[in-house]
Amino acid sequence: MNFIENPTKLRGFEKPIKVEKVSRRSILKGLGITGGFVLAAPVMSRQAFAYETGAGKMPHGVVVDPRVFVAIAPDGTVTILAHRAEMGTGVRTSLPLIVAEEMEADWAKVKVQQAHGDEVKFGNQDTDGSRSTRHYLMPMRQIGASARTMLEQAAAKRWGVPATEVKAVNHEVVHSATSRKLGFGELAADAAKESVPSIEGLKLKDPKDFRYLGKGQVGIVDLHDITTGKARYGADVRLPGMKYAVIARPPVTGGKLVSFDSDAALKVPGVEKVMQVRGWPWPSKFQPLGGVAVIARNTGAAIKGRDALKLTWDDGANGKYDSVAYRKELEEASRKPGLVVRQEGDADAALKGADKIIVGEYYLPHLAHVSMEPPVAVADVKGDKAEIWAPVQSPGGTREDVAKTLGIPEGNVTVNVTLLGGGFGRKSKCDFALEAALLSKELGAPVKVQWTREDDVRHDFLHTVSVERIEAGLDKSGKVVAWRHRSVAPSIASTFAAGAKHEAPFELGMGLVDMPFEIANISCENPEAAAFTRIGWFRSVSNIPRAFAVQSMVGEIAAATGRDQKETLLALIGSPRIVKPAVKDMWNYGEPLDSYPIDTARLRKVVELVAEKGEWGRQVPKGHGLGIAVHRSFVSYIATIVEVAVDDKGKLTVPRVDTAIDCGTYVNPERIASQIEGAAIMGLSLAKYGEISFKDGKVEQKNFDDFQVLRMDESPVVTNVYIVPPGPDTPPSGVGEPGVPPFAPALMNAIFAATGKRIRSLPLGKQLEA
Amino acid sequence: MIKVKINGQEQSWDGDPDLPLLWFLRDEAGLTGTKFGCGQALCGACTVIVDKEAVRSCITSINDVAGREVTTIEGLHPNGDHPVQKAWRQVNVPQCGFCQAGQIMQAAALLMDNPKPSHDQIREAMSGNICRCGCYQRIENAVHLASTGV
Repeated sequence: MNFIENPTKLRGFEKPIKVEKVSRRSILKGLGITGGFVLAAPVMSRQAFAYETGAGKMPHGVVVDPRVFVAIAPDGTVTILAHRAEMGTGVRTSLPLIVAEEMEADWAKVKVQQAHGDEVKFGNQDTDGSRSTRHYLMPMRQIGASARTMLEQAAAKRWGVPATEVKAVNHEVVHSATSRKLGFGELAADAAKESVPSIEGLKLKDPKDFRYLGKGQVGIVDLHDITTGKARYGADVRLPGMKYAVIARPPVTGGKLVSFDSDAALKVPGVEKVMQVRGWPWPSKFQPLGGVAVIARNTGAAIKGRDALKLTWDDGANGKYDSVAYRKELEEASRKPGLVVRQEGDADAALKGADKIIVGEYYLPHLAHVSMEPPVAVADVKGDKAEIWAPVQSPGGTREDVAKTLGIPEGNVTVNVTLLGGGFGRKSKCDFALEAALLSKELGAPVKVQWTREDDVRHDFLHTVSVERIEAGLDKSGKVVAWRHRSVAPSIASTFAAGAKHEAPFELGMGLVDMPFEIANISCENPEAAAFTRIGWFRSVSNIPRAFAVQSMVGEIAAATGRDQKETLLALIGSPRIVKPAVKDMWNYGEPLDSYPIDTARLRKVVELVAEKGEWGRQVPKGHGLGIAVHRSFVSYIATIVEVAVDDKGKLTVPRVDTAIDCGTYVNPERIASQIEGAAIMGLSLAKYGEISFKDGKVEQKNFDDFQVLRMDESPVVTNVYIVPPGPDTPPSGVGEPGVPPFAPALMNAIFAATGKRIRSLPLGKQLEA
Repeated sequence: MIKVKINGQEQSWDGDPDLPLLWFLRDEAGLTGTKFGCGQALCGACTVIVDKEAVRSCITSINDVAGREVTTIEGLHPNGDHPVQKAWRQVNVPQCGFCQAGQIMQAAALLMDNPKPSHDQIREAMSGNICRCGCYQRIENAVHLASTGV
């Protein structure tokens, strides 16, 4: 070892990356707190909801049982299980809060406990698709109401009075006629003996009595721990005797290890072992890619050891994947007819007869998730039992896959869910947990598999790459009479089965076939596209390229007809109505269309609200422009206005963003605002920088230097969020994902307004600098 | 034997002197509040304070901090009530929270150097710290709040 008393040069002591000054509008300068969210009215104004969700159709459905989700200690502490994964949406707080509300628990006396992966016991746990509040608002209310009823029954028995005379109020049950009170803790043992009431007979709280729901006054349960470094993420799990591992994986999807030389790696101080990891042929759902693992006493040694490995790979069939060439293929495919997935009227004839045709070809490259916490997992496999600690979105799915991979019964696998340092869909794939399980089994010791950022960027399940081509036919009056949209993109289905060439219904339903415009002649087509890497869900999924294309086209139509963007948009949306696209197997985010129709009144409403609050049409300085876009996704409705400023060198800043969301009945407006603020950042990130490209089958980027994401100095100066008050029976809808899709088109429409340049290819990169 | 003071406690290391401080903190000393985000000083998740400066512990070797004082998120304040931490909670900054320890340490270092930063100065000083959830507006507001008294 070396010992240097006074190092002359300290590596890592750099100042933060230097940035250029951001010019901002003076009106926003000096405001103490910028941005904010606005609540227009109270929520949930009725006793019960008359709606159905797709929750029951999810694997393992819904479990409504207070004995599973609620525990009360003699000291009155109420423990509520959070069965969904926390990746930043606030769900670990929101769902237990619903239970606490209905059972009249005092939130200060509630502890939240994270459920392990067991879908038979807890119901579906796959935290994905912006579904948690949507599917669990009512079940959590019912669980809370059941627990309250059991407490009330226990108190009534104790006092020998009818249950109708007692009432739970803020952690106590009271008998007001005799002024008697019993705390939840005092009643806990008796209440647990009461039978669970039937769901049908439950009396839910009157929403006007809500203390927590819809108020936004409760901070997330992990807030203190996060600010003090105590919050435990996947990487923070430490077990006695645990080894640290990093893995060298095939650089090309489907590639194989030919040979490796570990001599130098084994000489690195702290490295203990080098071993092969089993890989599965591509595609294999979420199975590991295989490779060579370096096992060490700490992660730093493992990384250094891996750097010293000599590796030879066979790149296999995907070794020729090249993004530049593939883009041309997609573009060519988009110019020819493809599988018709929605047809109304006769788009071909209407286009032929049109006075003017506007064509837009929009390109979105692959995107990587790059959650701040790279994939990581700890496994302890002993004999035929396995225990996993990991930041996974789907602990139930992870349990199933670990059991299959190790060839042991599912009941022998315990999956502990840590906090997720971001997920965005990446952590709905449990490959990293499977790697840890395989290594632990072979080592006979607990092991942590840590992905480096380079691993994360190179071996992601990427957002698909797509060309969206839209042809809009206008009549002499400027009215759009024909609409042909061809979407060409490799499907997520290709990760599950070889040879998938068409997009799946759940992808087509994300902004292609559910397009809500009132146009007489519509044709939506899906030409074939093959995958050459792992494609997966990325926050908002296919809605990103679709909203980009459709809403940019609205801007193009506005420009071509010399009309206002917002007026053009409203004219295309047309009359307030329920849209019923002529589509077989219409996918509606897994929700019944009766409860969650495509409602253009709601779509119009968010446009009008954002236009009003966001001061659409306001005078902006020279070089600035306003853009607007709206999109329905995850059965929510969102409209965004972006103000952009482009200087004479083509440098872009965003002085202001305004977003209106209609997500139906909601639980925590404060977290909705944070999701929408974050969506603007992610939207601007992908619009400005987002691109994963391939050459010779390998990802060309590696870390945050060449796969850039937005930093604070470039972020919007102010982002305002407006939440539409729900109607009395409006069911809850998604929040985590819908904020992203409208951002890029609103930005591109704003750039057009500012500069006259129409950007059809993302990312923006240096296109404005030319 | 390398000796370093971490959160007021003397620690020693006789392994690889090139070991990044980050991995010493997390894997050897068990201080997991400091996070690994990129390993290349690009994201700031691993930020700690060495003497009075914010430092990226992922590219700072344990040897580089020999004889110096390292403060991590765990040692910023005994009760977690540093003005920056309090402001963070008041503004409800975090979403997933993973980058926040680094953000808080960077902000604490900024305020040591410049107790009343302007919004532009905050944005500039904090731009080495990435938040993929996009909590920037709230981070900016929290730093401002901390600088004006929580």
